[in-house]
Amino acid sequence: MSVAEAASQRRPRLAGNIIMQAFLIVIAVTQIYPLVWLAFFSLKDNGEIFSGDVLGLPKKFLWSNYVKAFTEGQVLTYFFNSVLVTAVTILLVVALSSMTGYAITRMNWKWNHATMMLILLGMMVPIHAALLPLFMVLKNLKLLNTYWALIIPYVAFAIPMAVFILASFFKGIPREMEESAVIDGCGIYRTFLFIVFPLVRPAVATVSIFTFLSSWNELMFAVTFINDASMQTLTVGMMSMVGTYITQWGIIGAGLLITTIPTIVIYLLLSKQVQNSMIAGAIKG
Amino acid sequence: MNTVFSNKTAICLFVLPTLLIFCGIVLVPIVVSSYYSLLDWNGVGKGTFIGLRNYAEMFTDTRALHAMKNSLLFAAASVFIQLPISLLLALILASAVKGEGFYRTVYFIPVLISTVVIAQLWSKIYNADYGLLNTLLKEIGLSGWAQDWLGQKKTALVFSFIPTLWQYIGYHMLLMYAGAKSISQDIFEAAKIDGASRVRTALCITIPLMRPILKVCLVFSVIGAFKVFDLVYVLTGGGPFFSTEVPSTLMYTTIFDTYRYGYGSAISVFIIAECLVFTGLINKFFKTE
Repeated sequence: MSVAEAASQRRPRLAGNIIMQAFLIVIAVTQIYPLVWLAFFSLKDNGEIFSGDVLGLPKKFLWSNYVKAFTEGQVLTYFFNSVLVTAVTILLVVALSSMTGYAITRMNWKWNHATMMLILLGMMVPIHAALLPLFMVLKNLKLLNTYWALIIPYVAFAIPMAVFILASFFKGIPREMEESAVIDGCGIYRTFLFIVFPLVRPAVATVSIFTFLSSWNELMFAVTFINDASMQTLTVGMMSMVGTYITQWGIIGAGLLITTIPTIVIYLLLSKQVQNSMIAGAIKG
Repeated sequence: MNTVFSNKTAICLFVLPTLLIFCGIVLVPIVVSSYYSLLDWNGVGKGTFIGLRNYAEMFTDTRALHAMKNSLLFAAASVFIQLPISLLLALILASAVKGEGFYRTVYFIPVLISTVVIAQLWSKIYNADYGLLNTLLKEIGLSGWAQDWLGQKKTALVFSFIPTLWQYIGYHMLLMYAGAKSISQDIFEAAKIDGASRVRTALCITIPLMRPILKVCLVFSVIGAFKVFDLVYVLTGGGPFFSTEVPSTLMYTTIFDTYRYGYGSAISVFIIAECLVFTGLINKFFKTE
């Protein structure tokens, strides 16, 4: 290939690169600018928002919007409820699913395959199907308006994915690890807890991230099973807050941002891990 | 050794709590829902058995049919608008451009945010008087185009689709990117030596080899469209005049606003059936082709 030929081949490549970069930047701006705009108006007062200058940076950063959202807007209560519900849900999902995943993949019993199939069936079920029956059961057990009304369903619906991910990790652990532990006199419980469980920490992280996102962001159960304002989680709380502060965009914006910040912080700290979790969750066989 | 790993007590202790909570909360309610769907029942007392009459009503009621049509349109919009954008982004990012990691991180951010926040944010964007969209239109001299996007029947449906399409572009991009990256580099080397252009490499090599992940994305976007609830519920509540109603919001209002438990359950069974049928169809389509 002559020099001129090579150069003429390189030129469309260069033009192609510029077009591709332009496209990537345009999409990046559309994906991010609405969120930046939200951050901007959460720091403005109504005068500035409604005078037509809603696009740019706030003239003066009005942090009092955040203070008002936390105190008057009850965001602190909602936040606490969300943290509590999500944390207990994650703990229970990890505990239950790792035990079950372990028993299914590493222990000898007749029904292990059937159990796995049954649990995997749950991945197909949309939560809509369970809404009314669950509502009736929780009502009869007098569990509506308690944290358990959210924690139990969140755990149940997180189990299929969690068992699947953990089971595939347990499968990859060499048998010799457990065998030598047993020869050294460990019983099944100690072998599981101190030898095997520490080895699946990456899977536990994946499951935790997944469970965090689904329960932190869930709305349908939260809006149906809880109507006591002091027990509401952030998603439902945001809806009532928007109703209360209908024209005060700044305070609403502050509330929305407070709801989002934990997720964004986790993502920025662990972005690789979060992305891998979402991929692992999707490619389920 | 074997006695340790066949310890019946341990197996029960490890498996039973999970099975109990899973069956009780996930599996049994589906059966119960199917039974409720055969009743005329307002939640008080026993309810009367009316056979399949709820389903007959669902398939003749214009409001329900409209909601089903909307969910199909939603699925079509996801497949024909959202997925192609995601695919294009994934192919570009997988071809080792500058800033690959940065773009991937940025595109994925909306996926993680609660749909309630997304819906509130977009209702502010669409706000007729002070919203981002109308302000931008005025800035570029198109103030005649500014309107109440969600307040009128003719625009509400299309504009209530946009936030979901926007939010999940990054999700499908990430899955497709992972799929494209898992293809062996040798194939691309060979294509390069043979002088294939980038477009040709993408069309003839990358996309065909991404079939498994494309199937997953297709299933997720169609099922996701059928299940959509949060966004419509918060953004429009199904209005104005039921124009943006989808099966899940119809189910919700039927049960909790008009107390027609039987009819609402029939709609929930329809949503499950819709999801299962389309998952099956997509799998079949990918197998035979």
